Amino acid sequence: MTAPVKGPRVEEKLYQNRYQVDAGKPHITVAPHDTPSPNLLAMTRICPAGCYAQNEAGQVEIVADGCMECGTCRVLCEETGEITWNYPRGGYGVLFKFG
Amino acid sequence: MADEKFDVIVIGAGMSGNAAAYVAAEKGLKVLQLERGEYPGSKNVQGAILYADMLEKIVPDFREDAPLERHLVEQRFWMMSETSHTGMHYRSDTFNEDKPNRYTIIRSQFDRWFSGKVREKGAIVLTETTATELVTGRDGAVIGVRTDRSGGPIYADVVVLAEGVNGLLGSRAGLRERPKAAQVALAVKEMHFMPRETIEARFNLDGDAGVVIEAAGTISKGMAGMGFVYTNKESLSVGIGCLVSDFAETGETPYGLLDAFRRHPSLRPLLADAEIKEYAAHLIPEGGYRAVPQLFGDGWVVVGDAGQFNNAIHREGSNLAMTTGRLAAEAIFQVKTRRQPFTAENLALYKRMVDDSFVMKDLKKYKDMPRLLHTQSSNLFLTYPQLVSKAMEDFVRVDGTPKLEKEKATVRNFVRTRSWTGLFGDAVRLARAWR
Repeated sequence: MTAPVKGPRVEEKLYQNRYQVDAGKPHITVAPHDTPSPNLLAMTRICPAGCYAQNEAGQVEIVADGCMECGTCRVLCEETGEITWNYPRGGYGVLFKFG
Repeated sequence: MADEKFDVIVIGAGMSGNAAAYVAAEKGLKVLQLERGEYPGSKNVQGAILYADMLEKIVPDFREDAPLERHLVEQRFWMMSETSHTGMHYRSDTFNEDKPNRYTIIRSQFDRWFSGKVREKGAIVLTETTATELVTGRDGAVIGVRTDRSGGPIYADVVVLAEGVNGLLGSRAGLRERPKAAQVALAVKEMHFMPRETIEARFNLDGDAGVVIEAAGTISKGMAGMGFVYTNKESLSVGIGCLVSDFAETGETPYGLLDAFRRHPSLRPLLADAEIKEYAAHLIPEGGYRAVPQLFGDGWVVVGDAGQFNNAIHREGSNLAMTTGRLAAEAIFQVKTRRQPFTAENLALYKRMVDDSFVMKDLKKYKDMPRLLHTQSSNLFLTYPQLVSKAMEDFVRVDGTPKLEKEKATVRNFVRTRSWTGLFGDAVRLARAWR
């Protein structure tokens, strides 16, 4: 058996990508809440860009800068009203070199 | 532009949008295409495999200048356990033909090329423009779109929604539902670069020939999902995807799955010393026939991923996208030629054309498959791969155990794990879903 390997760091993966960040205009926001729903909480693990994190008070926050605009969080959390979801303004957001 | 009225506005410059815009413009319609990316392709993600036949019906001489990577001569299907894979490989020299059947492509390059062809046909392509809202008339018919550019709405007879699996316009306007977690897979992909000679040596290839590996089994940790490795000229596309509902339930990280997949002993030597240059994520429509939404209405049609047009079993998405885009444009042209209004009644022609094509016939054939994969995922993606792997190891390993005993142990192992009725039920369910 091989030695256990350290968990992957998604930040290192995102570093390879090209982004045009629309400063001060996040395209996804999390609504104020006391306790996150299971789906919103799950986003802290399943967001492929690691945009979601839980703060010390237990609420889920988002920093959408590394977002790859896949829409997973929209599918899981928009219906409950926990997040608002838009695409970035034209030309902004992730810009895939290869896709 | 505000005063102009177009025959057709196409939302999106992916496979279905480009096909629709190209065919519509070629037929002389006045076409405006909106794309939110910096350039066509900058927002698009795919494995990616291109099916020549479906593109040939749109751009017959595409091979002359389209950016193609490798034509595929070999397909490998791997059933993975933690330490092994049991594989079936199909390789044939007949795929080294004058006009190859399938190619790997890199979407940002391919889409830019396709978009160039769309412009050549006379369509106006507006990039860096996000369509934000459909505009409807007093009778509820779609008559145009609003964008995030300054100025008023832009009007057209018909809006073609080629906005992708996560398209906002159609669902916000109530024309179709938002994708459901059990009907979409989240896939992540990395581009691994290495010299072309290395790829050709590692995959046993000559020149521009290529290989596809589709892999399923314990790599998805009991979730319904698949991994893949596609050979490009100087890179490998390496990815894995699982249903969003399964991700939500297990809390597995997609990048964790991807890293475990590429560290698998069957893959690691193929990827060694590669330079990774991009990491992408995308949703894939997996709901099949039962998830296809309403496809047309007064002043609008929906094509491609937005219409859930993906054959998950055969991993065909872009060809269904190109075909539905083409059919939409042909239907619109016919309605226009007959000088009929673009009502739901008349645009129903598009649905009839899709129903008559391979697109709907193929989706219908596998209409029960998504449900089976969803409800039986831990059996199909965890239990059976482990059982098969153990059976193969026992079959291959020579250790002095009589062969009859080995066979009996294998059967016992299957029966103990799934029971006779379970095995029989699984076989029947799979056969029925396949038919």
